[in-house]
Amino acid sequence: MSGFDKTVNSYAEALDGLQDGMTIIAGGFGLCGIPEGCIARIREMGVRDLTIISNNCGVDDFGLGLLLEHKQIKKMVSSYVGENALFEEQLLNGELEVELTPQGTLAEKMRAGGAGIPAFYTATGYGTPVGEGKEVREFNGRQYILEEAVTGDFAIVKGWKADRYGNVIYRHTAQNFNPMAATAGKITVVEVEELVEPGELDPTGIHTPGIYVDRLVQGTFEKRIEQRTITE
Amino acid sequence: MALSREQLAMRVARELQDGYYVNLGIGIPTLVANYIPDGMEVMLQSENGLLGMGPFPTEEQLDADMINAGKQTVTAITGASIFNSAESFAMIRGGHVDLTVLGAFEVDVEGNIASWMIPGKLIKGMGGAMDLVAGADNIIVTMTHASKKGASKLLPKCTLPLTGAGCIHKVVTDLAYVEIEDGKFWLKERAPGVSVDEIVAKTAGEMVVPETVPEMGF
Repeated sequence: MSGFDKTVNSYAEALDGLQDGMTIIAGGFGLCGIPEGCIARIREMGVRDLTIISNNCGVDDFGLGLLLEHKQIKKMVSSYVGENALFEEQLLNGELEVELTPQGTLAEKMRAGGAGIPAFYTATGYGTPVGEGKEVREFNGRQYILEEAVTGDFAIVKGWKADRYGNVIYRHTAQNFNPMAATAGKITVVEVEELVEPGELDPTGIHTPGIYVDRLVQGTFEKRIEQRTITE
Repeated sequence: MALSREQLAMRVARELQDGYYVNLGIGIPTLVANYIPDGMEVMLQSENGLLGMGPFPTEEQLDADMINAGKQTVTAITGASIFNSAESFAMIRGGHVDLTVLGAFEVDVEGNIASWMIPGKLIKGMGGAMDLVAGADNIIVTMTHASKKGASKLLPKCTLPLTGAGCIHKVVTDLAYVEIEDGKFWLKERAPGVSVDEIVAKTAGEMVVPETVPEMGF
């Protein structure tokens, strides 16, 4: 590695330093645009007691659900979970903790975390269980709750293409939470389908500028579909 | 006769206007897309980050990177845009979406809505529903008027944990179209062949009933 070249040669190198008890911010929505290779490597490493901030928790045998099998997750911060039996089982056993967070609030918590904003007010969740215990303030006659930003020891992100400097573009709705996650990791790992040389991507169209990216790795992806719906 | 799911969607579709950006929730709200009047342009917003959602793909168009908020594979129409989830909720929270349609377990006379959590049952999460109800000015709730056991879902006060407080003004049920204002339900229309008495009997919250209640036509 030299200068602005963010590429590493393996997932082992990409996740070097990840330890028990750390917080990981993960991109992806459902099984779409998830960092498949990083998840596989985390499973292989066997690190435990992880706090994972991700909109969902995969399914039983794919995505973040894989980390449930070896009970590597201590806490999930998500907007929608429970597409998997293991999740339900560990939750009911008390082996797993969940902090349910509205989807837009979760996206903004990541964005704020990466942008150096410690907290923000939002009307989302006021008057609901989400607002309980949180500071309330009135602006222009409406009530808002204070939500705190999140950051991670690591962020794991799935991109489509990136150049060696870590400038990333995402494909279609596989973008989802990935750009915010990329900004909010102390160490941000991006895995992509295609690695290109600087200059090959149009600077105007970059979704994640390379400044946010620490380690870049090229992977291969299964891209499993959760709900296959077809027009005949 | 109570409205069918399709008729409910057809009634909601009458609230659409040309040039509307619309977010449709899962279930009956999704069916509204089938009844957009000919010649009217409406763009569907999917909160994972798609504005201009199209129909499900053909086998040839199927793409794992193109899904909607229900995680179903979809297409994008000509003129669509795709963006990240923070951007998506900025347009929702910022009030830029013209109409939001979603289901609910209960609503009450104060415009409170409960739609995501039944204590004692496994709680899967609220997804984007809390952001949607907090952000939109124009929300239509679609649901059955009463449970299968006959318990009213239009209440003096919601019994379940809320999704949002004081944010609902329009409800289309299988029996009636009801508006919420000044701490009361206001009966506006009834389903074909459904009596005002039946609607009143199945509405637990205080409801204002005008002298004549027009019947919905289909």
